[in-house]
Amino acid sequence: MNGVIQDIIEEFELFEDQMDKYSHIVDMGKSLPVLEDRYKTEDYVVKGCQSKVWLHAYESDGKVVYEADSNTAITKGIVAMLVRVLSNRIPDEILAEDMQFIETIGLRSHLSSQRSNGLNSMIREMKLFAKAIKQKNEVNS
Amino acid sequence: MNSSIMANTLNVEQIRKEFPILKTEANSYPLVYLDNAATSQKPKVVINAVSNYYKEYNSNVHRAAHFLSDKATVAYENARVTIKEFINAEDAREINFVRGTTEGINLVAYSFGAAFVKPGDEIIISNIEHHSNIVPWQMLCERCDAVLKVIPVSENGEMDLSAFEQLLSDKTKLVAVQHISNALGIIHPIERIIELAHRKNAYVFIDGAQASPHIPIDVRELDCDFYAFSSHKMFGPTGIGILYGKASILEKLPPYQGGGEMIKEVTLEKTTYNDLPYKFEAGTPNIAGAVGLEAAIKFITELGHKEIMKYEHDLLLYATKELMEIEGLKIIGNATSKVPVISFIVKDIHAYDIGVLLDKQGIAVRTGHHCCQPLMNRFQIEGTCRASFAFYNTMHEVDMLKSSLQQAINILRG
Repeated sequence: MNGVIQDIIEEFELFEDQMDKYSHIVDMGKSLPVLEDRYKTEDYVVKGCQSKVWLHAYESDGKVVYEADSNTAITKGIVAMLVRVLSNRIPDEILAEDMQFIETIGLRSHLSSQRSNGLNSMIREMKLFAKAIKQKNEVNS
Repeated sequence: MNSSIMANTLNVEQIRKEFPILKTEANSYPLVYLDNAATSQKPKVVINAVSNYYKEYNSNVHRAAHFLSDKATVAYENARVTIKEFINAEDAREINFVRGTTEGINLVAYSFGAAFVKPGDEIIISNIEHHSNIVPWQMLCERCDAVLKVIPVSENGEMDLSAFEQLLSDKTKLVAVQHISNALGIIHPIERIIELAHRKNAYVFIDGAQASPHIPIDVRELDCDFYAFSSHKMFGPTGIGILYGKASILEKLPPYQGGGEMIKEVTLEKTTYNDLPYKFEAGTPNIAGAVGLEAAIKFITELGHKEIMKYEHDLLLYATKELMEIEGLKIIGNATSKVPVISFIVKDIHAYDIGVLLDKQGIAVRTGHHCCQPLMNRFQIEGTCRASFAFYNTMHEVDMLKSSLQQAINILRG
């Protein structure tokens, strides 16, 4: 298992109370690097989320780097967690990541169906970026 | 119903026992349901009325000459009479069963529009309306080349009546405003609005969706031309509502939908339409809904509007006082005349985050624009958190809201 995912699972194991888990999610959002304002436009909005999520990705040394932000603290925390897990990995790894840890930490079962769809949209969008970068590299090689 | 409920003041603990859903646990906490302005919960008498209809006399109304159909027809028409009395209409023919307030508005926009609105005519709404009382009028104006005018709203959320007087003209055909704001809970001075509109010979439609669960409605005293409300917001079943219209006006309107029930005679060349109210009730109606709504009305009437209003006023005062103690919290819409709805924002915190963290603590509130985007734009906010109460909510639930809200804020502020 990926080390970052292992860390996240262990972090969530420290909290039994739902509110503490959410407090941890909010804290993760606070440590998300700042997304430049030029990416906070409609072009970078992830569709299907109840709150606004902006996502930007670029390639660095063959790896995909994600940057994101949200107008709400909880969604920002959730996207920060996804960035922690998927950023700085090669496209093949990102595409193969099953994101099972979301179930393990008990987040999925606590999301309303609408918010769960939003989470799926974020993951789909992040994987699409990885796929695009992978295809671009294949064409160029 | 237990006779102790019928005391002079509401016995809220006893009333709560009539609502089975209030015993629910939400996210391992006892449910605190404060989203009543979206939909209300149902007492056993309503659930039983719907279930008994299907168990004992389910049949189509008005058509067949058999035992069950007769029973269903009597129940359906008795419900209409109960509703007529509830809003003090003159005649049961003025009570049209529709799917809800939204359908009532669309019906008037379509049929009144077809009969009365000409190019250049004006329709007046307000800046505080629910999207349901905006969009059908925009559609009508587009269809008929009419002009939509908007009454501005003050910082308190009150309609500006002097601006309204300026808007009224000989071209005004209809004024369509809400009785009570769904977003802020403010009770509007519709008596005055109706009087001013009538002086200019304009008709008046009142969206009463938020009024019927809280205050008595007397359409004859109001002298409004149309009044619509939804069953589900007043402890009745979903999918049914009422459109009241003065018979003299309804008679002049063309039908809204065609189908069974609304016809007198059909030939392939021409159809003649049925009398009121059936002219506006195409297709098999929501019979179970009608008897359920009747049960809800009887429930409210037994509790007593006076008692309900007094208790809800106390709830509103207590909740307002308690929530105001939270640092950074601002109530949107501080008008003096309100039903127990508190719409608020908290400095530097998104309403959505508060909604999620309250939900985690078992508290159901609504967050967002509450289908009132023009109002949110007016206040230059994205949305609010709205705690909307009913007579079954308790002072203890206000305390729980306050402490859970404080905990949510602590987490979000870190």
